[in-house]
Amino acid sequence: MQRILNDPDHIVDEMLSGFVKAHPEIVKPTAHSRVLAAKNAPVDGKVGVVTGGGSGHKPAFIGYVGKNMCDSAAVGEICSSPTAAAFLDAFKAADGGRGVACLYGNYSGDNMNVKMAVRMAKKEGLEVKTVVANDDVASAPKDQKEKRRGVAGEILMWKCRGAKAAKGAGLDEVVMAAQKAIDNTRSVGIGLTPCTLPAVGHPNFEIKEGTMEVGIGHHGEPGIEVCELETADKMARRMTDIVLPDYPFVSGDEVAVLVSGLGATPVMELYVLYNEIEQLISQKGIRIHKAYVGNYFTSLDMMGATLTVMKLDEELKELLDFDCYTVGLKQL
Amino acid sequence: MVVKNADGREILMTMVNAIHENKQYLGDIDGLIGDGDHGMNMNKGFMTYAERMGEDATGFTDGLSDLGMILLNEIGGSMGPIYGTIFMEMADAADGEEDITLELFGKMLGAGLEGLYGIVDARPGDKTLVDTLCPCVDYIKGAAKENKEYREALEGMKECAEKGKESTKDMIAMYGRASRLGERSKGVLDAGAASCCIILKAMADGMEKVLK
Repeated sequence: MQRILNDPDHIVDEMLSGFVKAHPEIVKPTAHSRVLAAKNAPVDGKVGVVTGGGSGHKPAFIGYVGKNMCDSAAVGEICSSPTAAAFLDAFKAADGGRGVACLYGNYSGDNMNVKMAVRMAKKEGLEVKTVVANDDVASAPKDQKEKRRGVAGEILMWKCRGAKAAKGAGLDEVVMAAQKAIDNTRSVGIGLTPCTLPAVGHPNFEIKEGTMEVGIGHHGEPGIEVCELETADKMARRMTDIVLPDYPFVSGDEVAVLVSGLGATPVMELYVLYNEIEQLISQKGIRIHKAYVGNYFTSLDMMGATLTVMKLDEELKELLDFDCYTVGLKQL
Repeated sequence: MVVKNADGREILMTMVNAIHENKQYLGDIDGLIGDGDHGMNMNKGFMTYAERMGEDATGFTDGLSDLGMILLNEIGGSMGPIYGTIFMEMADAADGEEDITLELFGKMLGAGLEGLYGIVDARPGDKTLVDTLCPCVDYIKGAAKENKEYREALEGMKECAEKGKESTKDMIAMYGRASRLGERSKGVLDAGAASCCIILKAMADGMEKVLK
């Protein structure tokens, strides 16, 4: 394992410490060692916006803490939900007196810990509402959408929700905007190599040389199909063929497109992929209003990419275009 | 025969050692249909507890409560709230009692299961740790009613735990990460059912050591 490491058991703490040192103009530590807050949080009179999840997905989740995106984030071990106590302290760090919206991905650990934290917050008189991201098309059929995992679509959801809160909306409006954002969003991933948890030291699943796994999850959850490695153009077609009909995105729609690497794929290859994705989407008469290409939501050292498409209306367009300043996303 | 609540250290340490010894095994099982971190996270939580306990004596219920708090507040994941809830509910059900009779132990296990049902939707047959825990609860409650000998009952519970764990092999996962696999989750043990089996067997072993 060729990794930059000290004791793998301390990797999350050391990463957080380094992150805070590197970006003091954006984030600050809190009394809870596993909660980071935006430098200006909490903002008085603004709905608090919180997220959280396991580590190993940089820049998610802490990379989206900052101006006009997330006020705070709870941080878990690698690929493991933060504790209920961390979520609770993240709520408190974001609370500006108008309630808190917690947006996170649909995983059993996160669901349990958030549920317990919301209950604890309620006892302390803090109102928290939640929205669960479930944009991963490959993780369950459409009629079981509530079982689908949350993946890179979470970023667009945080972006829209953060902007809505920054514009002064109330808790219910913020939650509605976030729910609309994620309801309008679909994603799929393709994995080319497995990832290795540093403390484990070897990959815990296999993707054979010369093959790829379509529909792979952010923690190596098996996908829907293993097939021979294809050219970038064929991958683009395969991904759009899964994502576009599911919503469905149709001619005349305006969309945002996000292509994220899974960690170890060179960024130039993501642009090669996007080159074809853009053409396939445009050919269908769908207009791309905004595109994001880069390592936005990764999976340690996995190779591969995810495609996320979000249907826009006037409100979502305005929210997506709103400025923000975080480590993972800077828009002016 | 009875287990003195005050003799908890032996029981808790037996549980800690069992998890520590099986760290790799649990990680490997989890790696087959989950993400492979189950052994690591459980070990981290149990070792943190052992470190804090040091050489101190502890009651069985106090020990379960402290271990549960550490899992819930410091480990997270799915297993933090799951085992945290089970241990804390078990502790609450016998809090302040001097003697852990077989009947009371049955109540403790039952409270743990009820607590778990409060936070998860999984029920028997869904390929989770419920499939290990539930038969053990029923068995100990039944054994207490029949006035079964304590040691014999603990031995019987160990068999139930083993059978319960093995039963998950042929099930299709309905909850957790493995549920996305549907049919593909068949033929592999559930990692939570396996860790629950290790914990319950170690708990019984520890209790047998201090049975008076």
